[in-house]
Formats: sequence, C-alpha cells, structure tokens
Amino acid sequence: MSKVLACIDGTGALPEAVCDTAAWASKRLLAPLCLLHVLDRREFPIEQDAPLSGTIGLGAREALLEELAELDAKRAKLAREQGRLMLAAALERAREDEAFEPSTTQRHDDFVNCLQEMQPETRLLILGKGSHGDSLGVHIEPTIRALHRPILLTDKALVEPARFLLAFDGSATSRKALQMVAESPLLKGVSCTLIMVGPSTYDTRKELEGAEQRLVSAGFEVDAQLLAGEADEIILQQLEITSADLLVMGAYGHSRIRHLLVGSTTSTLVRRCSAPLLLLR
Amino acid sequence: MNPSLHYNWFSNIRGDILSGLVVALALIPEAIAFSIIAGVDPKVGLYASFCIAVVTAFAGGRPGMISAATGAMALLMVTLVKEHGLEYLLAATLLTGVFQILAGYLRLGSLMRFVSRSVVTGFVNALAILIFMAQLPELIDVTWHVYAMTAAGLVIIYTFPLLTNKIPSPLVCILLLTAVSMVMGLDIRTVGDMGELPDALPIFLWPDVPLNLETLWIILPYSLPLAVVGLLESLMTATIVDELTDTPSDKNRECKGQGAANIVSGLFGGMAGCAMIGQSVINVKSGGRTRLSTLIAGVVLLILVVFLDEWVSQIPMAALVAVMIMVSIGTFSWESILNLKKYPMSTNIVMLVTVAVVVATHNLAYGVFAGVLLASLFFANKIGQFLFIGKKQSAPNEVAYTVVGQVFFSSSDKFISAFDFKADLDRVVIDLSRAHFWDITAVSALDKVVLKFRREGIEVEVIGMNEASATIVDRFSVHDKPEAIDELMGH
Repeated sequence: MSKVLACIDGTGALPEAVCDTAAWASKRLLAPLCLLHVLDRREFPIEQDAPLSGTIGLGAREALLEELAELDAKRAKLAREQGRLMLAAALERAREDEAFEPSTTQRHDDFVNCLQEMQPETRLLILGKGSHGDSLGVHIEPTIRALHRPILLTDKALVEPARFLLAFDGSATSRKALQMVAESPLLKGVSCTLIMVGPSTYDTRKELEGAEQRLVSAGFEVDAQLLAGEADEIILQQLEITSADLLVMGAYGHSRIRHLLVGSTTSTLVRRCSAPLLLLR
Repeated sequence: MNPSLHYNWFSNIRGDILSGLVVALALIPEAIAFSIIAGVDPKVGLYASFCIAVVTAFAGGRPGMISAATGAMALLMVTLVKEHGLEYLLAATLLTGVFQILAGYLRLGSLMRFVSRSVVTGFVNALAILIFMAQLPELIDVTWHVYAMTAAGLVIIYTFPLLTNKIPSPLVCILLLTAVSMVMGLDIRTVGDMGELPDALPIFLWPDVPLNLETLWIILPYSLPLAVVGLLESLMTATIVDELTDTPSDKNRECKGQGAANIVSGLFGGMAGCAMIGQSVINVKSGGRTRLSTLIAGVVLLILVVFLDEWVSQIPMAALVAVMIMVSIGTFSWESILNLKKYPMSTNIVMLVTVAVVVATHNLAYGVFAGVLLASLFFANKIGQFLFIGKKQSAPNEVAYTVVGQVFFSSSDKFISAFDFKADLDRVVIDLSRAHFWDITAVSALDKVVLKFRREGIEVEVIGMNEASATIVDRFSVHDKPEAIDELMGH
C-alpha cells in the first residue's frame, strides 16, 4: 500500500491533467508515483472489412486462427508503441512537476482486472474522466466498485487546492472517510468545508460537531454546515458557493440492489460534479 | 454504460450485424436438413434454431458463438420421433435443458479438461463426417439434374468469393439454383416437399404428453445423451472460439445457457440443439465477435423463413446439400490428416477411435467416451514407464534396492519383477524415498515383495515409506502452496 497509481489511458483523454494531479498527490503523500498504461485487447478495433463470403473451405479454422493472430499481433505492437510514447511523455511531465520517484508500467490486461491486481500496492488511484464517448467513462463505476482504495477522479489538473468540501452523513462509510482525511497528509493545510445534509436535530448537530472536532484536532481549518434538502443537490450547490477545488466523500455505502432501486448518491455526484472528486472506500 | 455490457453487445456493431446476416443463411440448411433426418417438419428445426440462437445470445457464456438446431443432436432423436412422435421429442428437449442447467450448477464444464486435444480433433472430424453422410440420402436414387445442381452449387460457393467477398456465396448459390429450377421447371425435390415450413411466429405450447413416470422413462434415455452431446459440442466449440478470438469464456455459464435455450426451444415447438462449430467459425471469419451477432443471426433466420416461406419452399434440396457439404468440409480438420505422420501412434489411435466410434454409433458421446478412456490408458501406460529400480551390493549377503519413479496400477508388475527373490542373501534394503506410491495397488505390490523376501528367509528393511506414500491420498492440500508440491514431488 505504497504507490500513487495514475492511469494515463483507458479512462480518458486527459493525460496531462491526470499527470499533474498525480505528481501533486505523490509529493504530498511522499509515495512513489506509478504511471500505468493498460493494453486492453477488447479496446483494439476489430477488422472492419472482414470477408462476408460465408464460406469455409479446407483448413478453414487453422487459416483463420493464423490470420487473426497475425492481425492481433500487428494491433498489439501498434498499441504498445503508442502506449510507450504516452508513458514516456507522461513520465517527462511528472519529472517536470517534481513528482516523487515517478516510474511507468505497461500491462496487457482487462482494465478493472489489472487495477484489482495492483490494489495491494496502491495507496491512491488517479483516474481521468470520460472515455468511449461517455462523459464519465465506461470503466469508472466498475472500477470504483471493484477497488477498496481511495480514488481521485479528475478531468482537470488539481495542484494546489485551497479548499475542499467534505460530505458527511454519519454513516460508517463517511466516518471512515473522515478518519482517512484527518490522518492523511494529502490535504494537510487545505481549508475544509464540512457539510452534513439532514434535519437539524440534536443528534445530527452532535454528530457534525464531533466530526468537526476530529478535523480541527487534526489541524484543519473547518467550516461546518448542517443543511436540509436533497443530498446531491445541496452538495453540488455548496461546491459552487464555496468554490471548493475538490469534493471528498465516502463511496457506495449501500448495496447494488439499493443502487438499482433508488440510485446512488455517489453515482449521481460522480456524473454531475464538475470538480475533482476524491472517493474514499 | 457498464463496460462488460458495452464489450459484449455494442463494441462491434457493424461487424456483428453483417456476420449475423451471413450466419443466418448458413443456419437454414442445417436446420432443415436435420429436421428431415430427425423425422420432423423443417418447422421444428427452424423454430428451434431461432429460440436457441436468441436465448444463448443472452444466457450463453461465449459471446460470438452460434448455437442452433444441430445435426449431432438430431441424430440422437431419430428413434424417439419414430416410435413416440413429436410431442415426446418436445418433452425430451425440456428435460435435456434441465440436465444441462444442472450440469452448469454442478460445474461439470470443468470436466472438459479431461478431454484431450486428439479427442477434440476426433470429435470435430466425426462431426464433419456425420454432416456429410446426412446429405447422402438426397444424392441417392435421384436424376442427374440433382448431381449437376449440387456440383454447380459447390462451384458457385467456392468460386464466387474470388469475384467479390461482400456477398455471401451460399446465398448466391441458393438464389441461383432456385431460379434455375423454377425457370426450367425441373422435377427435383425442394424444401417444400420435405414437410411444413413455419408460416407464423412460434407460440408457447406445453408438450402434449401425460406427466407421469412412464413418460419420464420414455424420454430419459434420449434426454441424457442429448444433454451430454449438446454440452460436449458446445464446450468444444467455445474452446475453438476462445482460441480464434483469444478471449476467455465462462464454460459453466455456457452449460446453463444451453439448458435455458433448450427449455425455451421445447416450449416453443422446437427440437434440442447446441453450438455449431462450422457456423461459429463462419461467424468469427465474417467479423462477428459479440453476443449481438448471435442475436441477429437468430432473428434474421426467423424473419427469412416466416415472411419468405413461399420462396423458401421453392429452394431445391440440392442447393442446401451443397451448402452443407461446404460446412462439413470447413468443419473437418484437414491438418489432422497431415499430422498423422508427425504425431505419436497413441495420439493417432485416440483420434481415429473417436471418429470410428462416432461414425459407427451416430452418437458423439460414445466416441468422446471411448477417446477419453483410451487417452487415459495410454497416459497411464506412459507414466508407468517412469520407474527405475537400482540394485547394489551394499554388504556381503546384503542388497540395497533404490526405487525411483512412479508406482501405481500400471507399473506395479514392473515394480515386483525388478526384485530378485532367488538370490542367496541375508538382508535386503528397499529405499523408497525417491519413489511415489499413487494408489493401493502400489502399496499391495510392496507388501507382496516384502512377503516374498520373508518367505525366502531374507530380512527386509524399507526406507522412506512415509515420503513415498504421501501421494496416495485423494486430495493434496497444495493448492496455493508451491513449496508443498516441491516437497511432495522432489524428495
């Protein structure tokens, strides 16, 4: 659990933003930065003008296997070369940003699978938003669900944040998130807006106060607010009002089934939030 | 969108739609031809092909594989249809599906690891031969017109792609031959002569059989082999598609998917089916990769036959025979004939026996069973040869035997005969610390050796028995402990 892992491809076309953010995070955490490029064969384009003759003759299977292997080899070489160039450019940029011990890795694997395998040595994962014509990126949700490491999701460079917004709801996931923020050097010295969405009762006030105390004692400058309303709306509103650079929250506290029935605050926020997002699991 | 949904359905839309169209055409001849072999109307095979293709598109474990009504399955149901009729076939199809789903839950898909490469090759070749032989009735006792049409069909199929490979040549063959036979008014057999074609969408129908034990005893002897053959062919085809596309598949999900497909097929008036090697290869070759291609193939097949039934019934059988001969030629592994010279005799025998048993019994399950059995015997024989027994005079009137290698049922005779009981000795030392005793036969062979020496009045000392017999238990707890395997094998 040592590295800052930054994916420079597979989840977006913003290697610079991801690179800068990762460099900043690795400096703050004093964790080596690892730039990752995943070669997912399923991403390679499939031959567009396959023969449609529908015939199979002598040795059809052997010939076809040979032909497909040849094509795959060509595509794999191209993709690998392209990936190497991207990694080299990213490494250069990370060095310029003075990242902590930057290195690069290239893997042939399914994207989520690869991240899962690297999970034990991952301290923080940095992903870019948007891929496959999807504003969020088809990999993001499965990745968030599959991994149990902090994930920083961004489409712009996050370098010297002035203020972050921490969403707190008193649940186990969010208490864990609070704990991680308080203990981690990542956001030390950054002003914090702590919001809790819910009715103003004795219990909620007490809970919020406790959370605030925890952060203050960890050395944060905290502005705590208890607001009533729809959680995702309020959070997005507050992000704009406070002009915070980063939203921090616990992710997917509920089961998949609940997600299917009522939707998840996390998914909504991940989709609609324009600021970088730090998800803590 | 979920990435697996994206990859499994929409990552290759153009290629999948085109290949689905091509495959739909290749499905029709087999469905019609084998419905006739099974003794039912072409309608039954065509409905089955539609249901199976559509259900496996969603429930199967191998995206891009084509399943439908197949020859391998049709050959198993001939006597059931002849003796008891269509309704019992539908009931047997339902039960087949239930068995296959059970097999999926019991994870029997993993048993495929016992099926060796040569058995798979034998299976594929036998299948090709069965498909070819099934065409012969259409070519016997017919006028020369039929031979001419079939030959012309084959010429079109194989030469048209040289002109353009944007149009499926089997389609051209079918269209041209149909036109020729209609224009010239030839008196040859057409699809319409073979039985009823579908004129409507399939409807849900519970098989009209009494629900009692008697029915069960009638359909059980058919359902079991159907389930086994269906799974065998499906899993082998899945392996072939895995290899062609270099992507993994979920074999146990495939078992369940085949089961679900057969249940749906039985409920909509279709016969049992499974994956098709030839058509799956055509699909991959035509650029199909995802579940979408299978779905398109099934849907297009139904549209073609339901809305064009007037025209489909005019297709001369000779055209379909030509298409099926192509499928059989493409399915056969011609490389395996060249390999006969290269491969060891035991491998060749396994392959040839698999083919011979299938061709003789028309049951692929028997062939695979014979092949697997033979391959295991050859393997046991081979491993049994890894046994060396060294003999050394260690002291006056004392001999030390060192046993190195594998002792089990196949090598225990060799083990016993390596000892010299007739020598004039006081003492014998048998060092087993570098041997492996795999079963009880090995242990009793050792007992026998010790007893024989004792009867000659020779004292026996056995060394390393514990290490040697560590391999005798059924389950080694070495799954994730490489050092444990080292210890077991390397002592």
